[in-house]
Amino acid sequence: MPGDPVATTRSEPAGEVDWRPSCSASMLRERGRLLAEIRRFFAARDVLEVQTPTVGRRTVLDPALDSIATRDGRYLQTSPEYHMKRLLAAGAPSIYQIAPAFRDGEAGRWHNPEFTILEWYRLGFDAPALIAEVAALVDSVLGPAPYESVACADLLRGRFGIEPDDPRALLELGSTLGLAEPRLDEALDLALARALASVAERRVFVTGFPAALAALARVGDDGYAERFELIVDGVEVANGYDELTDAAELAARMDADAERRRALGRTEIAPDEALLAAHRHGLPHCAGVAMGLDRLLMLKLGAPNLADVMAFSWDRA
Amino acid sequence: MANYSTNEFRPGLKVMLEGDPCSILDSEFVKPGKGQAFTRVKLRNLITGRVWDRTYRSGEALPAADVLETEMEFLYDDGEFWHFMKTDGSFEQVAASASVVGDAKNWLLAQEACSVTLWNSEPISVTPPNFVELTVARTDPGLRGDTAQGGVKPAELATGATVRVPLFIEIGDVLRVDTRTGEYVSRVKS
Repeated sequence: MPGDPVATTRSEPAGEVDWRPSCSASMLRERGRLLAEIRRFFAARDVLEVQTPTVGRRTVLDPALDSIATRDGRYLQTSPEYHMKRLLAAGAPSIYQIAPAFRDGEAGRWHNPEFTILEWYRLGFDAPALIAEVAALVDSVLGPAPYESVACADLLRGRFGIEPDDPRALLELGSTLGLAEPRLDEALDLALARALASVAERRVFVTGFPAALAALARVGDDGYAERFELIVDGVEVANGYDELTDAAELAARMDADAERRRALGRTEIAPDEALLAAHRHGLPHCAGVAMGLDRLLMLKLGAPNLADVMAFSWDRA
Repeated sequence: MANYSTNEFRPGLKVMLEGDPCSILDSEFVKPGKGQAFTRVKLRNLITGRVWDRTYRSGEALPAADVLETEMEFLYDDGEFWHFMKTDGSFEQVAASASVVGDAKNWLLAQEACSVTLWNSEPISVTPPNFVELTVARTDPGLRGDTAQGGVKPAELATGATVRVPLFIEIGDVLRVDTRTGEYVSRVKS
């Protein structure tokens, strides 16, 4: 590719559509280098690269996620999680995947409805072991830096001076943060989002998520989810679990999510029976994490917008 | 009027909030990984000038505000009201009170163009051009030989506003002034 940038400001004939990429040629090269670096990283650790379907018959039930449906009632996957877990249940070794993921309506400086996920699963790892590996990968991309670890509750206490399990304080905080008549779960989401964003110029692993925010993480004996998030300079970069393997518990959580979707008037989605069956067959003990590669590239290069690191952002795709 | 949903929020969009017209300054999509989505908005209240910080759930909507920025010609002031005329050929006039005109009155010269913001056809703010050229009505004579010192003195302009000018400026000089800062830029003619 000659010259730089790809996206020039050369004037087009009037009425011509803006066909050019949203990123520069040097950014394309950076993206290519990042992908090569990741593949080297996992090759050295003997983790197998896999590919799973982008379009599936089922999708996640998370009340806060909207999947894009196809005309025949399939869904663009919001992450490769379910298919990868079915591979693990079928006896796959530790695996990773670099995959497109889709979340309807998520557009902004740090969001694009289609984005690239790096997701990997490590057999026999617990959360601390996977946290160490996430840090090693981020070091290899962004350069080494120290990592801190902070529990969710301490983060909220430190940022807002409230006890996160005090519902009244949380609701009051939601109002203070500008949300009219917040529900409890909304107030917690908003407080967390704002607290995470305030973690500037540091790399922080947030742990100790309340069981209500366990998603598909195992809940430990202390009542907290074995879930972690990596925040770099105030941006969520990765979300990982010591994976829930209990099939009955998975079914119960899916039912609860389906119930929440009904209560909120969201589209009803049938639970993924194949994932449930795979869990009944047996998901081996493992830890898994999903990382936003576009955000990682933004952070690496100091790009102000996700569009600056994607060949074609949503409005040009 | 129509409603704007959070995904339509853009800087510059005019919406109604708590009974006042507001202009969106900044809109940010906020979403913790597994949590629900919000849109955090900074809005300027176009009546009071205050900046508000609000958070909306994705999909919530605000009513559009019938706010129009129009170019008008300043005609005259009668001490109580400042009178403006549309330049679109309609010769339609509006009258703005002193509180609406605010500091803009320092820079308004009859027959000159300015921007008047209308809400439901009533003026709510007046913005002069970024640069205006005004004649010096009064200033002390500069002392010869002082020009190299970079000294300044006050000068009263035809509109009554006072700006700080170099010592060589004399009564009758026409000055170019930046209305956003109220600072002298240059002498246009002497």
